[in-house]
Amino acid sequence: MIDLNIDSIGQKILAEVADLHEIPSGAYNFRVNSQLAGRHTTDNIDIMTKDGLPGIDIFIKPGTKNESVHIPVVVSASGIKETVYNDFFIGDDCDVVIVAGCGIDNCGEHDAQHDGVHRFYIGKNSHIKYVEKHYGSGDGSGKRILNPVTEVYMEENSFMEMEMEQIKGVDSTERSTIAELKEGAKLAVKERLMTHGVQSAKSEYMVTLNGSGSTADVVSRSVARDSSSQTFNARITGNAPCSGHTECDSIIMDNGKILAIPSLEANDVDAMLFHEAAIGKIAGDQLIKLMSLGLTEAEAEEQIISGFLR
Amino acid sequence: MLELKNLSFSVDDGGSQKEILHDLNLSVDNGKFVVITGPNGSGKSTLARIIMGIEKPTKGQILFDGQDITELGITERAKRGISFAFQQPVRFKGIRVIDLLRLASGKQLGISEACDYLSEVGLCARDYIDREVNSSLSGGELKRIEIATLLARQTKLSVFDEPEAGIDLWSFQNLIRIFENMRREIKDSSIIIISHQERILNIADEIILLANGTIKQTGAADEVLPSLIGTTAAVDACEKLK
Repeated sequence: MIDLNIDSIGQKILAEVADLHEIPSGAYNFRVNSQLAGRHTTDNIDIMTKDGLPGIDIFIKPGTKNESVHIPVVVSASGIKETVYNDFFIGDDCDVVIVAGCGIDNCGEHDAQHDGVHRFYIGKNSHIKYVEKHYGSGDGSGKRILNPVTEVYMEENSFMEMEMEQIKGVDSTERSTIAELKEGAKLAVKERLMTHGVQSAKSEYMVTLNGSGSTADVVSRSVARDSSSQTFNARITGNAPCSGHTECDSIIMDNGKILAIPSLEANDVDAMLFHEAAIGKIAGDQLIKLMSLGLTEAEAEEQIISGFLR
Repeated sequence: MLELKNLSFSVDDGGSQKEILHDLNLSVDNGKFVVITGPNGSGKSTLARIIMGIEKPTKGQILFDGQDITELGITERAKRGISFAFQQPVRFKGIRVIDLLRLASGKQLGISEACDYLSEVGLCARDYIDREVNSSLSGGELKRIEIATLLARQTKLSVFDEPEAGIDLWSFQNLIRIFENMRREIKDSSIIIISHQERILNIADEIILLANGTIKQTGAADEVLPSLIGTTAAVDACEKLK
């Protein structure tokens, strides 16, 4: 159990969004209902409260290896509406894992909204793994809203792996991700999204490959159930000899709606850009196969979806 | 033991009913390795799908171990001990070979047990266990994984729908070896294979010849096979794989 002033709902949310069951060993900053609930820094990673704006600055010293930063956010009071700015300044030659994530538990009648604006300035040759999970719970009539903005500025030969997951309970989300890559930089994005009920989700990527030899791979898998709706809009621009790939693969169920808009812009003759998009319901043969192994239709459906969103 | 009684199956063909299977009667005893053969369009695959519950017969009755299962769905039949290998195995994004074997065995199958099943179908387990059952696998690999899922299920009745379809000659040689092993270790379970491969017909206890939706001939392999050689009901591997 986390030994901070966080109630049981907050602890459950932390487990969902950051796999945190105890205080993490590295640097961390816990934000609970717009207040600082705990912070720890290390010799190499410093965290400072921003001056004049809500949010934090995270400084990672050049050469920092095998360290982690956790910056989870919990919103469990109805009616909170906040925009928080978190900036990461990452030196050259680092190898660091950053775990963000936000969970909203809204049992009240007022909307609860957290808009996190994350900016990453990644130094040369640094390798960053960024994991972000969004989760919503609570049975109040107030909506749970998350609108994350992520900006990534990558120096030469840096590598950013991003895993973004939103599987449950967020009523409305508008996600915007911008990345700019210099020479030899590499971006790999894996997005997993599932919407239920009347939820809506919009995810937009603008990736610009400015440096020679830069690469981007933006892959999204999503499931739209019930009467939910999704829009996926990924644009990769190649301004140099580079390679980019974007893929949007979706399962549509019930009365779900999905709009996929992959787009490519090449401004250099040696830019190699690809896109793929596919939307379809669960294939009947897949259900039959799993039912022939003894699963019920509902169990078969769950297996197919959880495999797809892995 | 599986018994089919007066089984018929029709489909709607532009307003009129087209009969695919007509008043079929057959029984498959425990411990038997039975091959159902016949020309294309004779209703073999339809029969296999009816046994698994994927299609419902228009008339007739299906008994399994003396119980009427005619009205039972796929899941219930699977739970009672029937398994089915697809002619064209299904692909899944994100589901790995180990996941499929675990679902098939109905338990948290250990890696070494899963490896045993994969080795049995001639796949190096280390290379395959974490692979997704998706389009990165070849037709032959999928087919062998499909067979491995049936080995993992260990049911009383296993039905294979044209296991040789869509595989290369090398895989075909292995396939024959797998069925020969299954034939040896059949005990009191039973196996039905839909096939017109001479080498599969050769290892059958019984051959059932289907034509135009009815059983034309049934009997021990050495009685039935000689009359089939040279017809489309018993082709050799090379002809089939041309």
